[in-house]
Amino acid sequence: MKGGILVFSEISVGAFELLTKGRELSKRLNFELSALAFAKKDMNIHSYFEYGAPKVFIVPDDTSGPPNADRCTHALYKIAKENGPDIVLIRSTRLGKEVAGKLAQRLQAGCITDATSCRVTGSELVAERYALGGNTISTEIIKSKKKVIAVMPGAFEAQPSPVQGKSELLDLGEVPKRVELVERKNKVGESVSIESAETLVCVGKGLSAQQDLYIANDLCAALKGELGCTRALSSDYHWISEDRMVGISGKKCKPKLHVSIGISGQIQHTVGILSSKLIIAINKDKEAPIFKIADYGIVGDLYKIVPKLTRKIAPASN
Amino acid sequence: MQVIVCMKQTVDLQQIRIKRETREPVLEGLPMVFGDMDKNALEEAVRIKEKHNARVTVLSVGTPKLKEGILEALAMGADEACIVVDPSCDGSSPASSALTLSGAIKKIGSFNIILIGEGSGDNYSGQVGSRLAEILNVPLITYVRELSIEPDNVTASRDIEAAIEKVRTKTPLIVSVTSEINKPRRAALTQILRASRKPLNIWTLADLGIDVEAIKSANSAIQIISNLAPQQERKGIIFEGDLDESVEKLVGALRKEGALP
Repeated sequence: MKGGILVFSEISVGAFELLTKGRELSKRLNFELSALAFAKKDMNIHSYFEYGAPKVFIVPDDTSGPPNADRCTHALYKIAKENGPDIVLIRSTRLGKEVAGKLAQRLQAGCITDATSCRVTGSELVAERYALGGNTISTEIIKSKKKVIAVMPGAFEAQPSPVQGKSELLDLGEVPKRVELVERKNKVGESVSIESAETLVCVGKGLSAQQDLYIANDLCAALKGELGCTRALSSDYHWISEDRMVGISGKKCKPKLHVSIGISGQIQHTVGILSSKLIIAINKDKEAPIFKIADYGIVGDLYKIVPKLTRKIAPASN
Repeated sequence: MQVIVCMKQTVDLQQIRIKRETREPVLEGLPMVFGDMDKNALEEAVRIKEKHNARVTVLSVGTPKLKEGILEALAMGADEACIVVDPSCDGSSPASSALTLSGAIKKIGSFNIILIGEGSGDNYSGQVGSRLAEILNVPLITYVRELSIEPDNVTASRDIEAAIEKVRTKTPLIVSVTSEINKPRRAALTQILRASRKPLNIWTLADLGIDVEAIKSANSAIQIISNLAPQQERKGIIFEGDLDESVEKLVGALRKEGALP
């Protein structure tokens, strides 16, 4: 029996990215490609066919937010268990990472989460991920028969390639409910995705008070960019929402222009901006590591430099 | 109530240097530290203890340096430490770490709550909590930023990017925490002095009844072929001195790059 690749993401655009990669891998390995979708009532299954899924397993899902992790795990396990797909690609979101670990344990599979790339070399499946807190990139082969890879959002570009696909309703049966959902509040309005910003301005502890954030916001407005921050400003000070935290435990961004303000450049943060095309750093400490990864920088007081910079870039708006 | 906190010691990631010629990281001689989120997990355990009269056991798998390093966790408020030090655990993968931890947890005996950071400081794979929940067959609540313990129930607020969920389950369970849950304390000097008098159990895989072959097999699922710093080609043009002039030069350069709107 032919091997297979199964892809899963709780959001369609994630599935399209994985399907695009899945097509490439399945061609190389001569594997069959399929996808799992937890489908809300309004889901358009044909969009999966548009992105080249010959087969889509469907689990109807009426929850208002992301599906339950145990149900996702169970569904993937059920498909993958007997002679099913050997490779499972999952979007590396928080849900995806939880599911990837559980699924891998159940399948006795090797698993790589937060993969930034994956490819077939010879007959091996090779993936890359950041390691040592972002200091290095680890290149790894999954040797086990079953393989689970959770891929970073945006690692691959979704490209349509329509096929005549078919769908199959997957009967999950009883999945034991281990954790009861009491309440879900979807984060409305401000669902920022700074990962896709073309211009990103990040602030760090060089800023000494929350009320001074306008300095960075003004520059953001002048550059038509998004605001990001270090872990300290989000998790410790609660000045900026966690959606905007950049780094190994936050968002990984690849803007065309990145401006770093008052950030020393600890690797746990900079791993989230290393893929930027152009990096600008403003910091008072000449020896700060951020300057080592900068294309341009100014050494000095951010409180003086940033307003000057903003005025220079957008004189009309100030 | 028994609370177990799983922590991982890594080299101090801030101090890693990269060999310029080979892009290899230099790890020799670096001090060992616990990950930030591991400390969040420990802090939460100690807060549970202060409120509910729990016993906190800190559990870690690592190198012989753990014997010294674990004192920090004891000084922060853990009552007892169990460490697994075995050469076969070197270079362990998330799969083998979960296996070893599960063996140690079984040896500790019963537990109500296992706390763990959402990811380790070095690799941040986030797999161990998930794998452990499967092995021990207990509920897992991930990405918790608020935790409250009642006599029968555990209620948690968790952040899953698109939503904040409030969820409830019964003990025993595993909870993975985010850095938002608390601000870990610094150990007081008196606590540091007292730490070395707290019980410290040092185990090998044999003590846990774990077959070395099982660890090898779990590790063999992943083969690391290289681990190098990313190639960075940056211009490194840094302006100093007069700020007006520096800003002028920077904006000029950015315009040339076509980077401005």
